[in-house]
Amino acid sequence: MKIRIPFLFLTIFFLAIFLVFYKGLQNSNIYVPNNNIEKELPNFKAQLFDKDSEILLKDILKKDKFYLINIWASWCVPCREEHSFLISLSNQKNIEIVGLSYKDNSKNAKNFLKELGNPYQIILSDKDGTNSIELGAYGVPESFLIYNQKIIKKIIGPLNNKSFIEIKKIIK
Amino acid sequence: MKYFRHVLVILFILNFNFANAQDNDLESKITKNLRCLICQGQSVYDSDSDFAVSLKLLVSKKLEEGKNEKQIYDYLKDKYGEWILYDPKFDKSTYFLWLLPILLFITGGAIILRLFIIKKK
Repeated sequence: MKIRIPFLFLTIFFLAIFLVFYKGLQNSNIYVPNNNIEKELPNFKAQLFDKDSEILLKDILKKDKFYLINIWASWCVPCREEHSFLISLSNQKNIEIVGLSYKDNSKNAKNFLKELGNPYQIILSDKDGTNSIELGAYGVPESFLIYNQKIIKKIIGPLNNKSFIEIKKIIK
Repeated sequence: MKYFRHVLVILFILNFNFANAQDNDLESKITKNLRCLICQGQSVYDSDSDFAVSLKLLVSKKLEEGKNEKQIYDYLKDKYGEWILYDPKFDKSTYFLWLLPILLFITGGAIILRLFIIKKK
């Protein structure tokens, strides 16, 4: 009987561990960021595209208005894909698009806009990528829908038909 | 005298190296504890992706601004969530993770102790 009690205890113990890990195996281990949490917009100084002057982000974005901050680069292929959606959005009345040029050469960026059109009301330059990190971005392209100086939606990756319709619904 | 001068020069140069390494210590420690969110199983410190390079720059900027380690972790946690930290905090979703090693250690110790006591008896 003396030997049986630790044996029983150990068996139950390892069985419990096994069950927990077995359950854990079935959980998805792909990290999905939460895109719909309303967050306060960080305020940082950013350089204006192709100019030496700096501007505070919150000085550009007025309250009671929708803005889409779009992180883009001329070297980014998916940015080309989403550009037509940005152009269509820029024709909408109640939204302004703010571009954040990510780690880009200004000559290439200008050529990119000349070729595909310029949907941006204002363009900021993020030469070292730190402004994008302050916004909470993962990479390029990425878009943030802003209302009342709050991030209300985040689109990771290029805009597509689905996200385009979603944005249009929100800004109506 | 000539050798002495050489040794002095070498010591002087090595001293610079030491000072530099000391400066970067906290930055390395922080970036080693941050997960590169777009990489596979790499810390920000180990990765050379655009995301990691920018994050390293931001950490050094924040340190220059006078922010401490905890403030930087909190700042990034607010932006990217708990997942960005390699050191998860102790709460109801992680208590098993934290307590399991201690539990295993105590159980193992108890078994060994019992075996010895039984053998002695």
